[in-house]
Amino acid sequence: MSATTVEYAEVPLFRRLLQRREAGVLGALIVLFLFMTFKSEYFLTEKNIFNVLRNMSTITIMAIGMTMIIVTGGIDLSIGATLALTSMLTARLMFQPGSIGGGGTFLTGFSPWLAVPAGLLAGVAIGLIIGLIITKLDVNPFITTLGMMSIARGMTYLTATGIKGAVAANIPVRNAFVQYIGIGKIGPVPIQVVIMLVMVILFSLFIHYTVLGRQVYAVGSNAEAARLSGVNVDLVKTFVYTLTGFLCALAGLINAGLVATAVTNAGVGAEMDVIAAVIIGGTSLSGGEGTIVGAVIGAAIMAVLKNAFVLLHLPIYLQTVSIGLVIILAVAIDGYRRRRAAA
Amino acid sequence: MSDTSVLEIKKVSKRFGGLRALKQVDFHLRRGEVHALVGENGAGKSTLMKIFGGVHTRDEGSVRFRGEEVHFHNPNQSMDAGIAIIYQELSTLPSMTVIENLFMGRMPTRHGILDWKRLHRESRAALALVGLERVDPRTTMDKLSIAQRQLVEIAKALTKDASVVVMDEPNSSLSPMESERLFSVIEELKQKEISIIYVSHKLDEVIRIADRITVLRDGEYVGTIDKAEASEDKLIQMMVGRQLNRDHVTRKPGTETLLEAKNISGKGFHDVSFDVRKGEILCFAGLMGAGRSETLRAIIGAPPLHSGTLLWEGRPVRFKSPTQALKNGIAMLQEDRKRQSLFMGLPIAFNMQIGALSSFKRGGIVDFNAATSMVRDYVHKLDIKLASIWHPVRSLSGGNQQKTILARWLAVHPKMLILDEPTHGVDVGAKAEIYNLIRSLADEGMAIVLISSELPEVLAMADRVVVMHEGTVEAVLSRSDGLSEESIMRYASGAARRGEAS
Repeated sequence: MSATTVEYAEVPLFRRLLQRREAGVLGALIVLFLFMTFKSEYFLTEKNIFNVLRNMSTITIMAIGMTMIIVTGGIDLSIGATLALTSMLTARLMFQPGSIGGGGTFLTGFSPWLAVPAGLLAGVAIGLIIGLIITKLDVNPFITTLGMMSIARGMTYLTATGIKGAVAANIPVRNAFVQYIGIGKIGPVPIQVVIMLVMVILFSLFIHYTVLGRQVYAVGSNAEAARLSGVNVDLVKTFVYTLTGFLCALAGLINAGLVATAVTNAGVGAEMDVIAAVIIGGTSLSGGEGTIVGAVIGAAIMAVLKNAFVLLHLPIYLQTVSIGLVIILAVAIDGYRRRRAAA
Repeated sequence: MSDTSVLEIKKVSKRFGGLRALKQVDFHLRRGEVHALVGENGAGKSTLMKIFGGVHTRDEGSVRFRGEEVHFHNPNQSMDAGIAIIYQELSTLPSMTVIENLFMGRMPTRHGILDWKRLHRESRAALALVGLERVDPRTTMDKLSIAQRQLVEIAKALTKDASVVVMDEPNSSLSPMESERLFSVIEELKQKEISIIYVSHKLDEVIRIADRITVLRDGEYVGTIDKAEASEDKLIQMMVGRQLNRDHVTRKPGTETLLEAKNISGKGFHDVSFDVRKGEILCFAGLMGAGRSETLRAIIGAPPLHSGTLLWEGRPVRFKSPTQALKNGIAMLQEDRKRQSLFMGLPIAFNMQIGALSSFKRGGIVDFNAATSMVRDYVHKLDIKLASIWHPVRSLSGGNQQKTILARWLAVHPKMLILDEPTHGVDVGAKAEIYNLIRSLADEGMAIVLISSELPEVLAMADRVVVMHEGTVEAVLSRSDGLSEESIMRYASGAARRGEAS
């Protein structure tokens, strides 16, 4: 009988931390970090560390929402396209007609105080629509968001070129506030890193200390049991997609500020990076398990790996190969650990 | 007992598409009474409960709760009104903690923030109510045994301050000792003037604990009787409309040894020795967690044995996987139908064919006509009640699902069939049919190993009984030893070993 494993006993905090699923990937990150510190003297410099953190910030911000979605047993493939559409919308609204770039004058020349909230709101709206399609029309999340990926990407081009449909174009972002979000710093810390940390802490607390946060796990663990316990399953699902839509728009704003342009192909393939970060961090695709902290570690491993290939002057395409290996290895090791624990 | 009415149901009907689930059903619950609801699977008990649980809405009739007409549209409304329901299918959140399973849907907060300290404290108190004070509430649910999970479900209902607690087969996987604990919990609830609706197939228990018993048959109200006028035979007659013979049938088992285990050990059992003969029904009795399922699962290689000798038809063997055991003629029907056997969303035909599919190969291609006629044969032979063999197996009642799995294993024509709690959650009528089937299989020469926690079942079926206690064999009893519930319990509880008089 399994009674021995569940008997009441205080397990020391350190042991408890070691038993957590994230412990393995965190160990891997530390090893990678130490290896790079010895291998390259440039690695552990303030500039490089903040560089790595900045490179992982938009992926991490979106991974917060993706973790919650995958915990409910869903998936969102449309996040990259949502990022592009929302930043393009903001850029177009702020665009001053007469300057170079963009197409047409329709829906241009608005104040950034309207354009920025409008972009964020568009992200919320896209997420809400996805959530409603999944819960009310009962369409599979993979299919829904695959469709939305195409719709949002198409709308991005449409927003860039205008109704008349000129040649697809990027729209420059000259607004100081948006640029500050992308490239500004508080002391030595880039603003986008601050935003990332605030979001990670905020939603880690949210997921552990609020009713809605715990219900996210309940829905993924056993949706029927959750429903019978009085959890509004549709509401929880709609919420996670809506939140993710907002986080994508936030990432889009940072991205637009960083390159001072809203790019039509921004965020292409971002969904794969984000899903990879979540999976490496120990979230199970079958739902019910996973943490935001795990996703942060996953994103960090990918960012440090990319950095390592640059610093060590290794063939650049090997980094793509290595990330693929890490994904498979992380899940394989986790599966092995579970079988050991079950045996 | 007060005569005040708590819940009054009059002429309630419910249809699902073309299927009539309830027809003009009456039910009347008084304050502080234990009211048992019995009937075969498909009689409408679950539907009735889901109507006052807010999962289904009624088509017609009236439901009065504390004197007021109510219409519950979702589980929250009935919960808020004070009705707590423990559903038959364990509806737990496996990857979440015991705390969250206890309080999901109504977790206490302070300014929107969960109060984990309070949750932890209240969870420990709730677990103590059902005798689980040694379980850490921070453990995830999937680390608990089925019995422990069921007790957590009961604790959950108790924490809701409900005035009506509905228990649907609450002890279907509890050991006798754990059941006793449940009965004392029920007694305590009664003292607090809480009404209990108790749904069970174990008629002896129903008669013991219920004040009144209502019987449903085919969605219709048959009648309500007082404890004083109830007997098992009377209830069975009301439930099935005929009388059933539950006595042991004397059989002539074979003498040829098919399987012999000598000092085998594995996870959860050690130094187990026994033998199985052709054409005999060998029962494994013991308490929950005595290592019976573990032993037999290890024999078929799931997971393999650690040590010891296994002789199959006289030759030493060691099965590394169930596939290998199956090839040698050993099939096993697992205890947990839902998780270990059925493909719920797939057709009944598929669920039956999956084991024997390779025997229908004609030059690498499966002969589906032959496979389909095999399915129809078994549907007929086992009298499985279904609309179409192409409907998902989910649409069947528990008893018919179990027959479907039995057909799957019979189709591979095993020499030895291991049945782990085959009548768990199966109604009386289907139970009798399964017993007859098992007997006729043994008469045809098949060796049957029957793991059962129900002593009446063991007594009715067994030629010999292996009694296990704490992972090892306490005794092997045969008919000539004068089998009785007392003798089996003495060994199963370890009292015999301690030298206590029973």
